[in-house]
Amino acid sequence: MYESELLGKLTLSAIPYHNPIIMGAVGMSAILGILLLVWVTYLGKWGYLWREWFTSVDHKRIGVMYIVLAVVMMLRGFSDAIMMRIQQASSEGTGHGFLPPEHYSQIFSAHGTIMIIFVAMPFFIGLMNFAIPLQIGARDVAYPFLNSVSFWLTAASALLVMVSLAVGDFSQAGWTGYPPLSETQFSPGPGVDYWIWSLQLGGIGTLLTGINFFVTILKMRTPGMSLMKMPVFAWTILVTTVLIMLSFPVLTVTLALLTLDRYLDMHFFTGGMGGNQMMFTNLFWIWGHPEVYIVILPAFGIYSEVVSTFSHKRLFGYTSMVYATIAIAVLSFVVWLHHFFTMGAGADVNAFFGIATMVIAVPTGVKIFNWLFTMYRGRIEFTTPMLWSLGFIVTFTVGGMTGVLLSVPGADFMLHNSEFLVAHFHNMLIPGALFGYFAGYSYWFPKMFGFRLDEKWGKRAFWSWLAGFYLAFMPLYALGFMGMPRRLVHYDNPIWQPYLLVALAGTFLIAYGIFCQGAQLVASIRNRAALRDATGDIWGSHSLEWSTASPPPFYNFAKLPQVESLDAFAHMKEHGILHRAQAPFSPIHMPRNSWMGVVMGAFTFAFGFAMVWHIWWIAAASALAILALVVMRANDENVDYMLSAEEVARCEKNTSQPATHTTAGHNDFKPITQG
Amino acid sequence: MKKLWLIFAPLLLFPGLGFACAGDCSKSPWTLMDPKGPIAADEKHLILTAFGLMLIVVIPVIIMTFMFAWKYRAGNKQASYAPKWDYSHKIEAVIWTVPGAIVLILSVLVWRSTHELTPEKPLVSAVMPMVVEVVAMDWKWLFIYPEQGVATVNRLVIPTGTPIDFHITSDTVLNSFFIPSLGGQIYAMAGMQTELNLLADTAGTYRGLNTQFSGDGFSAMHFQVEATTPQEFQRWLKETKTGGPGLDSYRFKKLEMPGEIDEPVYFSSFQPGLFQSILHKFAPAYAQPRMPASLIPASVETDTRLIQAQK
Repeated sequence: MYESELLGKLTLSAIPYHNPIIMGAVGMSAILGILLLVWVTYLGKWGYLWREWFTSVDHKRIGVMYIVLAVVMMLRGFSDAIMMRIQQASSEGTGHGFLPPEHYSQIFSAHGTIMIIFVAMPFFIGLMNFAIPLQIGARDVAYPFLNSVSFWLTAASALLVMVSLAVGDFSQAGWTGYPPLSETQFSPGPGVDYWIWSLQLGGIGTLLTGINFFVTILKMRTPGMSLMKMPVFAWTILVTTVLIMLSFPVLTVTLALLTLDRYLDMHFFTGGMGGNQMMFTNLFWIWGHPEVYIVILPAFGIYSEVVSTFSHKRLFGYTSMVYATIAIAVLSFVVWLHHFFTMGAGADVNAFFGIATMVIAVPTGVKIFNWLFTMYRGRIEFTTPMLWSLGFIVTFTVGGMTGVLLSVPGADFMLHNSEFLVAHFHNMLIPGALFGYFAGYSYWFPKMFGFRLDEKWGKRAFWSWLAGFYLAFMPLYALGFMGMPRRLVHYDNPIWQPYLLVALAGTFLIAYGIFCQGAQLVASIRNRAALRDATGDIWGSHSLEWSTASPPPFYNFAKLPQVESLDAFAHMKEHGILHRAQAPFSPIHMPRNSWMGVVMGAFTFAFGFAMVWHIWWIAAASALAILALVVMRANDENVDYMLSAEEVARCEKNTSQPATHTTAGHNDFKPITQG
Repeated sequence: MKKLWLIFAPLLLFPGLGFACAGDCSKSPWTLMDPKGPIAADEKHLILTAFGLMLIVVIPVIIMTFMFAWKYRAGNKQASYAPKWDYSHKIEAVIWTVPGAIVLILSVLVWRSTHELTPEKPLVSAVMPMVVEVVAMDWKWLFIYPEQGVATVNRLVIPTGTPIDFHITSDTVLNSFFIPSLGGQIYAMAGMQTELNLLADTAGTYRGLNTQFSGDGFSAMHFQVEATTPQEFQRWLKETKTGGPGLDSYRFKKLEMPGEIDEPVYFSSFQPGLFQSILHKFAPAYAQPRMPASLIPASVETDTRLIQAQK
């Protein structure tokens, strides 16, 4: 392919202007984007956004931005899902649907990449950003600026995926990008490069976040909070960060090797010349399987908080919850081969990995039973977060069962690469991760913004999602038993079609659920006066984040709370300990906002884009600029300031909430919700 | 709370769907539950056994969820309320040991069945096994009958009651060779040879396919499996050997070009050592990667000697 020195491989023909579907999607995104820009300009909010959000190093603001990113990308990923369902429902026999194979394969590749890397990851990272420092009684994370850098690296990578829609194409090699299909011989275009660089740069952001929160949880807990007095959510995040730190470097290296193959004609994973494609597959899943637990464990933590709070009862079996989490994390590193039993590694190897996989079901089962016994002899309120949790327990159990089935090598030989497998991993990730994030979103929303979300729309969203899920994925289990493989753009078996039509109907129901979530947000903002949380402890919870005002002041705690026991806040309420600090206050050491994170993100995007298109001079210039920023930051002395005691006093006075809590503990809880 | 039944409603739909049957209803659509050979039958049995064992945990969990949610709803003031109760030795013991015991039983099942059903294991039979060499190509399947001297594309004809020893490789990207009616699948990888032993005990036409996405023509990459009586197989062999062209290097090059094939193709002969030469293209002997025994290209040593002898 011709490469110019100025623009590399980039020419006007990279824009797929002849494809009406892609151009329609590009047009829609562009119009929405322009409308948003015009609206912000009209409101005159650019300065505000820049000062208070884009340059913020406040973990709460960064958390909200992560969640916004996740939601935007979810809409994209879900559009892909609907297109795939329409295609498969309409491409039997003489019907060929509306997508050609080269477009369909981009859609399923993008769907997987986006949903895992740019929806699940930023969603839980957003929730943990918001909640973790508050839960452990800290004023911010260990490295606030690094946190900003992590977010902007993730955002830049997400933008790279979005840009691939308009300029060039996306990978057609599946979200796992197995070589040799992802090598230049079979994928000469820029698609795989977009995939590589968005995963690579976003992965670095995630790794930095992992380090940041690992240090934060280990070093910044408030006095008295020993590890075994931490809320379970903090535990699951601690374990998740360990998984991130151990597994993401593997992804980085694996992608780097594939990059060398593609850019410098090396032969790590090509056929011949000593390369071995299965090496990639092994390495990919050595990252990929822990990655599954990276997105699921935080949701387990959220469920623990939510089930205990809305059962108005202590969490059952805290210690075994902690050990079960650790056990799952350890085991997640010795099961990667179950993704490809069909490689033919021999009976001993397959049996080992099959058994190791099943063993994970034990600690996972323990967790499920612990949630059930938390409900046992409780006073359960069916709020939206609790409904997500109940829907999760039932649905996830079904998914766990099909998972154990797939872990039996002899059964997997029949079900591998089938629609059964597709149904299984959606059955784990939608209830196991996404429902948990939705529960966390509605649980912590009042803490984020000072008012809770509308319950009526929330429940509609839940029921639509749940029913939609069963309609969309149960037929796929059945199709697996009929021998239908995944990723078909066309098939000639009329028996499969009705099932795919039902699955399509389920997807529409989920679309209605997503609409309800949008309506919920709008209705809640409109009705925020009535939904206001004046106490700071709207649900009657047990952990420290609820001891602050809603929303919390930017320094979180005027004085660091002293922790006596597990469920620290419940303990304070019970013993009438004042949990809002009283004068006199002392000065607080705070980090300064910085423009460098967002600018670094911009250069990262430029670097990624330039690498995709072989525009070497932009890539080199961006890399140098990033390096220069790192050096600048390292030499910057002006990164923090002291918030004076008077300033703290003034902020504390402005929070209108009462300084003591009116209720005395779990026993006399009052139902807060209606509808 | 009244809406909880809504969780059940979609679950009920699942078995209900089984009766939906738009096309030919004479054949069961549940391919995996309708085995046509001993391996597929064993694997079906394995799926059902594992499924049944797991229900021991899964059904109580689902029932308990509904029971607890209903009984301990906030509105039910009759139910006991123990906000501080957060531990019980007995419950902890049960929830660790019962799933543990089931997994232990399953582990024994896994160990045995995995060794029993491992794809490279020869089938026990009084009949001599027949070797078929399988090559995945973009986007078609080439079947070479080394002992019979014929080759086919996208149509596999096998005699019933005869163990078939498939030697599988790929001339292109990763593929997965699967005949659902006869038994589980195995990857086809360039430069490597995998082995799969299957047997058809009922005559009939079955569907074979690639399950691993391999590019634009992936959806069309399926083939017919024709299991016939040994007599009919011999007749077919004779016909194929006498009619049709041989698979020479020109035709092979043409076959290698990416594309889909609508109708099966038959070749009366092929170049000797074709399968080995495809293997060697991707795995030169001087750069032999270390890998499990089952993945090592078959008879690399012999072939190296052969090449030297030819020189």
